[in-house]
Amino acid sequence: MSKDGSSSFLTTRLDAIVDWGRKNALWPLPFGTSCCGIEMMATFAADYDIGRFGAEALRFSPRQADLLIVAGIVNTKMAPVLKNIYDQMADPKWVISMGACASSGGIFNVYSVTQGIDTIIPVDVYVPGCPPAPEGVLHGLLRLQELIQKGETHHHRQERARRAAGKEA
Amino acid sequence: MRGTDIRTPVPTIYGDFAQKHAERWRLQVEILQKKFGAAIEEVRWPGTTPTDVPIIYVAKESIIEVLRELKEGAEFQYDFLADLTATDEEIEPRFEVVYNLASLGTSARIRVKARVRDGEDLPTATVLWTGANWAEREVWDMFGVKFRGHPDLRRILMDERWQGHPLRKDYPLRGYQLFPDTQPIHTELLKD
Repeated sequence: MSKDGSSSFLTTRLDAIVDWGRKNALWPLPFGTSCCGIEMMATFAADYDIGRFGAEALRFSPRQADLLIVAGIVNTKMAPVLKNIYDQMADPKWVISMGACASSGGIFNVYSVTQGIDTIIPVDVYVPGCPPAPEGVLHGLLRLQELIQKGETHHHRQERARRAAGKEA
Repeated sequence: MRGTDIRTPVPTIYGDFAQKHAERWRLQVEILQKKFGAAIEEVRWPGTTPTDVPIIYVAKESIIEVLRELKEGAEFQYDFLADLTATDEEIEPRFEVVYNLASLGTSARIRVKARVRDGEDLPTATVLWTGANWAEREVWDMFGVKFRGHPDLRRILMDERWQGHPLRKDYPLRGYQLFPDTQPIHTELLKD
């Protein structure tokens, strides 16, 4: 702790510990809208067992989850629903966009489909594939854990911006 | 092996539909033409046009009377509205609203069409079949054909703030419109 009372050194170290804890206990909200959802279920189930990476506590309420896995096509009518669910999640929160449809609209280049969920909500990790194999989802999860530890997710950037603005004010 | 002509009716799992009901359809169309005269604009038969059931084109002013006769008339008994949809033909009159009728008693089917110009409306079929409600909302949503007297003619598939009607041929395929905010809730609809 420095003389002016700010606790910059201590909080940075605390952040690292907190991030370490958070990355190993992600609680996903499965937002499965199509075939990617089936692969996501396989990822959660015994064979691939996402619990090995501490993310087995599925929560179907946005209030209790901190990782939104958007698996499948999000059409235009679904966009406000997804936005609503994302907004209802408490900070810190992360988003994995799973599959081609969620990431870019995929083959559905038509009026009724959002061209990627990043037009609605911020995304941390994109998992390509149509649908991605469970290994792909696990890779995406590990990549997200890496980003959380490095502090390079949307949440961290937002947090840093918020702190910087607070310091200036 | 039947011929490869697309106009040749193909037997369905219910048997050769066109052959089975040919006589019935002939009598029914005769009755309709006698009763409604010029309101029956055109009849297309299976075998001469690529269709599996007769298509009866009806003037839009008389569509409800004809549908009522088809539903309730003793010779017809097409009591089930299997589908109500529309097509954009890109020529005037631009839209064809399609009524696919089925008879639960005789298992016959028949198709009724009404030609509508852009901007014109049709009388609603909800007076005959309550199930026409959502189908007509879909036709309004996708093609912009209005139904006079419909109890609740709102968009059913697209967002309420949507501009245009996506299944019109002149609607751009990639005419994206994004509404990330929740659409306004109609509290008056929540009441009993």
